Amino acid sequence: MGLNSTGTTGSTGSTGDISNTGYSGYSDGMDRHFIELDRVEKVFDVRKKTGFLRRERREVRAVDSISFTVARGEMVGYIGPNGAGKSTTIKMLTGILTPSGGRLRVAGIDPSRERTRLAHRIGVVFGQRTTLWWDLPLIDSYRLMHRMYRIPDARYRENLDRCVELLELADLLDVPVRQLSLGQRMRGDIAAALLHDPEVLYLDEPTIGLDVISKAKVREFLRDLNAERGTTVLLTTHDLQDIEQVCRRVMVIDHGRLVYDGPLAGLHEVGDSERTLVVDLERELPPIEAAPARVVKVEGPRQWLAFPASESAAPLVARIAAEYPLVDLSVREPDIEAVIATMYAEQAQYAKQTEFAKQTEFAKQTEYAEQAEYAEQADPARRPGEAEETVP
Amino acid sequence: MAETGRGPYGPYGSYGPYRRLRDGLRAYRLIAAMWIRSTMAYRASFAMTAFGNLAATSFDFVAILLMFSQVDELGGYTLPEIAFLYGVVGVAFGLTDLMIGSMDRLGSRVRDGTLDTLLVRPAPVLAQVAADRFALRRLGRIAQGLFVLGYAIAVLDIDWTPLKVLMVPMMVLSGGLVFGAVFVAGGAFQFVAQDAAEVQNSFTYGGSTLLQYPPTVFAKDLVRGVTFVLPLAFVNWVPALYVLGRPYPLDLPTWVAFAPPLVAAGCCVLAGLAWRAGLRSYRSTGS
Amino acid sequence: MGTGRLYAAVAAGGFRRYATYRVATAAGVFTNTVFGFILAYTYIALWAEKPHLGGYDQAQALTYVWVGQAMFAVMVLGSNGFEAELMERIRTGDIAVDLYRPADLQAWWLAADTGRALFHLLGRGVAPMVCGALFFELALPTDPLTWIACLVAIALGTVVSFAIRYIVALWAFWLLDGAGAMQLTWLTGVFFSGMLLPLNVFPGALGEIARLLPWSALLQAPADVLVGEADPLGTFAFQATWAVVLLAAGRLVQSAATRRVVVQGG
Repeated sequence: MGLNSTGTTGSTGSTGDISNTGYSGYSDGMDRHFIELDRVEKVFDVRKKTGFLRRERREVRAVDSISFTVARGEMVGYIGPNGAGKSTTIKMLTGILTPSGGRLRVAGIDPSRERTRLAHRIGVVFGQRTTLWWDLPLIDSYRLMHRMYRIPDARYRENLDRCVELLELADLLDVPVRQLSLGQRMRGDIAAALLHDPEVLYLDEPTIGLDVISKAKVREFLRDLNAERGTTVLLTTHDLQDIEQVCRRVMVIDHGRLVYDGPLAGLHEVGDSERTLVVDLERELPPIEAAPARVVKVEGPRQWLAFPASESAAPLVARIAAEYPLVDLSVREPDIEAVIATMYAEQAQYAKQTEFAKQTEFAKQTEYAEQAEYAEQADPARRPGEAEETVP
Repeated sequence: MAETGRGPYGPYGSYGPYRRLRDGLRAYRLIAAMWIRSTMAYRASFAMTAFGNLAATSFDFVAILLMFSQVDELGGYTLPEIAFLYGVVGVAFGLTDLMIGSMDRLGSRVRDGTLDTLLVRPAPVLAQVAADRFALRRLGRIAQGLFVLGYAIAVLDIDWTPLKVLMVPMMVLSGGLVFGAVFVAGGAFQFVAQDAAEVQNSFTYGGSTLLQYPPTVFAKDLVRGVTFVLPLAFVNWVPALYVLGRPYPLDLPTWVAFAPPLVAAGCCVLAGLAWRAGLRSYRSTGS
Repeated sequence: MGTGRLYAAVAAGGFRRYATYRVATAAGVFTNTVFGFILAYTYIALWAEKPHLGGYDQAQALTYVWVGQAMFAVMVLGSNGFEAELMERIRTGDIAVDLYRPADLQAWWLAADTGRALFHLLGRGVAPMVCGALFFELALPTDPLTWIACLVAIALGTVVSFAIRYIVALWAFWLLDGAGAMQLTWLTGVFFSGMLLPLNVFPGALGEIARLLPWSALLQAPADVLVGEADPLGTFAFQATWAVVLLAAGRLVQSAATRRVVVQGG
């Protein structure tokens, strides 16, 4: 299914007129380079015990010369294996950590130097750490935000009403946070991060541990938020569906380096990954023939068909339904880690040949991608699966 | 390692110290109010822990009473005189404990990563950490300190002059600031050593225990240490001995008795620098 | 047959669990040493005022100070040991799982706490004692038998300490919030163990009663054995009696609690 933003017209693109954020004074350049990283790096000194009283000091490049820009109003997924440098990047973008090198700007602000000024303009949701007050009713946490961020009363009321409506929090406002379910708490946390009208929202694993319905609600809300307010959204996730349903652009980081920046479909191509169609037939039949899909497993009346992730499932399903007695079917997404693993293996091979050239080329391409593709891509009617030619 | 350039206004840009102080106090008030409301969600538990705090902090004086059940003087000081020392440090430390007593939790916040959630708020981290777990039950310590101080003042035969009267609140406030500086410096140290909360406790709780007894009890070197190196002696020893009309065991000029506010200010500046260094190291290492 | 080995493994686990916190251990040693110094000077002043107070001479009194600091963590006189965790398991209902285990609940936790105590004796007890001996003139025995007797008294003391805390932890079956009970135990423990001041310095009847209570088995008993003020065998008998009585009481509470869990359906 596509990205249908309910009932909203107009572009959510980078050059769109975002009237309600009130920052009309910024130039187009500023909007296009709303978040800007230029060869940003973060080096940690890690001390490892190598024996009794003996320690070895080692430099770890958690983030190794990463460059990218995000335009105002973009929704970007930031993915990578654990320990790849995702959260280090997010921490630098929010001003928690100071970069060891390179240049970093968010809304024209250097996050590490003007942390408190930046705080008024960003919202942060940590998936596994609630910022809500455990023993107090949910509304109390919002009142604290109201005062701590000095949100004008009318504005606060309006934002709260909107969040309460869209995130279905009305019945939860008077419930102590400790009694909320994980999904309810996450919705509560997202609302708390948005009351002060942040221009950019960072979400770290916003759907982790949530049930299917809660996940869907969160994703829908983020799409609406972006469509209506033009809020820039940057999220890290392990769930490929988060990306598929929310983000038009995905960045992959591994070993501290940006290894991919482009649409999700491109990622599938790069990774040569496949989706799986699980088909339940009325009875046991010989393997289904439906190119480009191929049967990888048969178990009684159930068959598993692998097909390129970049292909749309719809025509395939239609063909099978027409030719075979179909009872039920489901599509399984490729595992994100697997996609990255295959992709990274190829990258590594490739990188050996033209290390430097590739990196510079890569940086250029990502910038291209950013400037050209995403402005267009913002068209909500467009499917993420049918995207254009892509990088590497 | 290149520190990304520092502007002409220092590391915080044009965000001046006055505004930071004001924002900090405001954030502190807001967060402390939230904690009070949180604890009031469990009233029975609050009543019990408040009583427990009062009883536990009174134990130090109980020990002194037990000693005086066997002797009439300790280090040449009578019970009311020691009660005066005890009362001053009790109230001073009690105020600090009430205001920023949870600084020793900083290490665990660093360990479990919740410090990061404070760093994305538009308020100074120090204010947020200081208000963490604000607990009214800590009034117990102040209450028993005030009680003992009241007893001492009632019983002692002091030639009260206006100056001496003024010195009592001066000692309490400056003393509270000196302890506050120790708490903040201890917190800063926990950025580096997250499990070292106990080290901080030995200076705060240990320091307040030390000051409950007269300086004549301790070895000269120890007294020198807490006078010139870690100036805890200015919380009560130096000024209180002036009030009591007792000589200080070290050779100090008389005016030093009025120096606690200056000493407190100096300690706060140093602690502030330590805090900034600690926070900077956290933000550059993230551990 | 295998039970001995099981509890040995549990004890080893208790030891290792605390051994991982090296910085915390070092910080704790530092704190105990600082407090040892402060107390030592106040005791010197006290004994200068009244030599042979409570039957101790000054060296014995100073020894008592440092034994007290060494026992601080071993006997859990300052913070929480296992009981906070046990209470949490009771509160959340996880305890039902423990009760169905083939191992005995009390023995299981006793083994774990013994492992912890052993670590605290080595990690938190030795260093302050050595430091005290370096800076002050202590009345340390030359006879190795006295040292061994002191170790036995410490071992018995840890069992009494455990037995008390076990009973307190089980209160959580009846009280919703165990914090108050824990705080009360802690306050009583600090006062009657002699952590505040040696029990022989307590005036009159208070001192005599305090010496009969189980808490005197934690610090006063091992210290008296070490400085040669108590007959070791009599002390062991006193400690062992309290250990048996309190462990038995703990079992009674445990069976009442178990019935309660069974009635509630786990």
